[in-house]
Amino acid sequence: MRPNLVLRRRGWLLLLLLAVAILLPPWLGTYYVRFATQIAIYGMAALSVDLLLGYTGLITFGQAGLFGVGAYAGGMLIVLGVTNAFVAWPLAILITMLFALAIGALSLRTRGFQFIMVTLAFAQMLYYFAQSLRNWGGDDGFSTQRRNDLGFLSLESHATFYYVVLVLLVLVVWLCHRLVRSEFGMVIRGIRDNERRVAAIGFPPYRYKLVIFVIAGGIAGLAGALMANHAKFVNPAVLSWQLSGEILAMVILGSAGSLIGPVIGAAFFLAFRDVLSDYTEHWMLFFGPLLVARVLLLRDGIWGMLLRATGAGEVPKEPKVDFPEVPKPTAEEKPGAGP
Amino acid sequence: MSEFLLEIEGLRKSFGALVATDNVTLNIRTGETHALIGPNGAGKTTLVGQLTGELAPDAGHIRFAGRDITALQTADRARLGLARSFQITSIFPTFTAEENVALAVQATEPHSYRFWQPAETIERLRKPARKLLGDVGLESLGRRIAARMSHGQHRQLEIGMALATTPVMLLLDEPMAGLGMEESRAMSQLLASVKGRYTILLIEHDMDVVFSLADRITVLVGGRIVASGTPDEIRKSREVRIAYLGEDDDEFAGGLDAPG
Repeated sequence: MRPNLVLRRRGWLLLLLLAVAILLPPWLGTYYVRFATQIAIYGMAALSVDLLLGYTGLITFGQAGLFGVGAYAGGMLIVLGVTNAFVAWPLAILITMLFALAIGALSLRTRGFQFIMVTLAFAQMLYYFAQSLRNWGGDDGFSTQRRNDLGFLSLESHATFYYVVLVLLVLVVWLCHRLVRSEFGMVIRGIRDNERRVAAIGFPPYRYKLVIFVIAGGIAGLAGALMANHAKFVNPAVLSWQLSGEILAMVILGSAGSLIGPVIGAAFFLAFRDVLSDYTEHWMLFFGPLLVARVLLLRDGIWGMLLRATGAGEVPKEPKVDFPEVPKPTAEEKPGAGP
Repeated sequence: MSEFLLEIEGLRKSFGALVATDNVTLNIRTGETHALIGPNGAGKTTLVGQLTGELAPDAGHIRFAGRDITALQTADRARLGLARSFQITSIFPTFTAEENVALAVQATEPHSYRFWQPAETIERLRKPARKLLGDVGLESLGRRIAARMSHGQHRQLEIGMALATTPVMLLLDEPMAGLGMEESRAMSQLLASVKGRYTILLIEHDMDVVFSLADRITVLVGGRIVASGTPDEIRKSREVRIAYLGEDDDEFAGGLDAPG
């Protein structure tokens, strides 16, 4: 099929999704507007994980830690009287990026399984730190009472807030779309494909990984700040390892390495949880096998399936992830190991 | 600056009881094609690892263009002009052939913290990439996804990527490995075409290629250098034959085919 046609079809598909996101929730009612807001926020968090997992080949198990930092920063700023979103949200992003810088600087010195465990450990540290914040409700968390405002525009209406979140999500997707195709994007995708080769042609991989880790942290921080606004409530659960796992599940369900996939994954994940948890509190019992089925049966997630079904191209093949690829000094030493 | 581009002095590396690099001292002249040969297990790959910075030596120094690079990171060495190709194909499989080379061209720029302009539209990177693809004989395959190319084409792409970093010196780790007859011929032509334009350290089992291209040859056995000299000297050296093959053999006298 001609590349132009494929691109046009993908454009139509995206437009259709956007139209659904704009029109469907208000038509269904307030409950669904709030539900769609949740999807957009978790979708943004999942997108930040996709930058690391799908584009850089880094499996992080601690993104909820950064999401939570954004949520706490966003919530605290409201309580402290910084109500203007144009001030509060960038500040929450900046604070989260500083945390990401510190966490990334240490954890990116490790690889593969170690990296998973170290990011998890940092998120757990933040979780227990939040629990110990007595002034901020400790384990119970705290209520923000209200949302930020856009100066001229109050966000207390659920619909208004939803559309603001949706605009931000579209903006973030577009910025990331530019990012992954830029020169910087080529370097991080090179790291995903073959980190050793990236170093051999002259890019220091550590620094580039740190930069993308901080960028992804900023996006997770924005999502967190939006969550504090959405729920008007923050507690340590926003930093939990369960949430990190759920965000990873959203990415994998939707299609890693596609930016849109994680948002679709978030929608599916939350819809399943919502519907199933009406019937049983053991909804994970049903969701787990679904996730396994996705990995075993679907080559490239829901978004990949959607693209192929509509003839709108495909998601790049399942990315290879960062398991250690160290030079094997003894490979040649073994007789017959050479070609 | 001395006449030598790469100076290896008293290099040692051991893994437990195995001494993989045993007090290696070797100087490579600017502009020469220097072949490093030796049987499997001689420690060639370990030596290359230390030259590129992936392995840290236990003792000794490496100087490149007069500068001590023993403690430098891999990426920094590449930026000084020390490029390499890998024994086992090492490319970016999800990129197109052109993107593979373009990323290597991009590596010559001071930094790549540019987040906005799509890389595919940057002619500054794409033009040299297309030219290099032509140089290594892949001009018609620029848009092919690298994972879908043949082994021989991967080997050519490897060389293209190494050349794209505008190197001073090439470390070629068995460029002929696993090539069929036709591909071998193309590769040896390619190697002959870069000879003289760069200083080359060639690790290779194919003795035809080694003896036809190398200005000097160094023989590594058991981590130690047993001989170093012109192809003629090496061919005539009885020690080399004994050390290399463990017996007196006509391998070099005939100047033919590769062992194992």
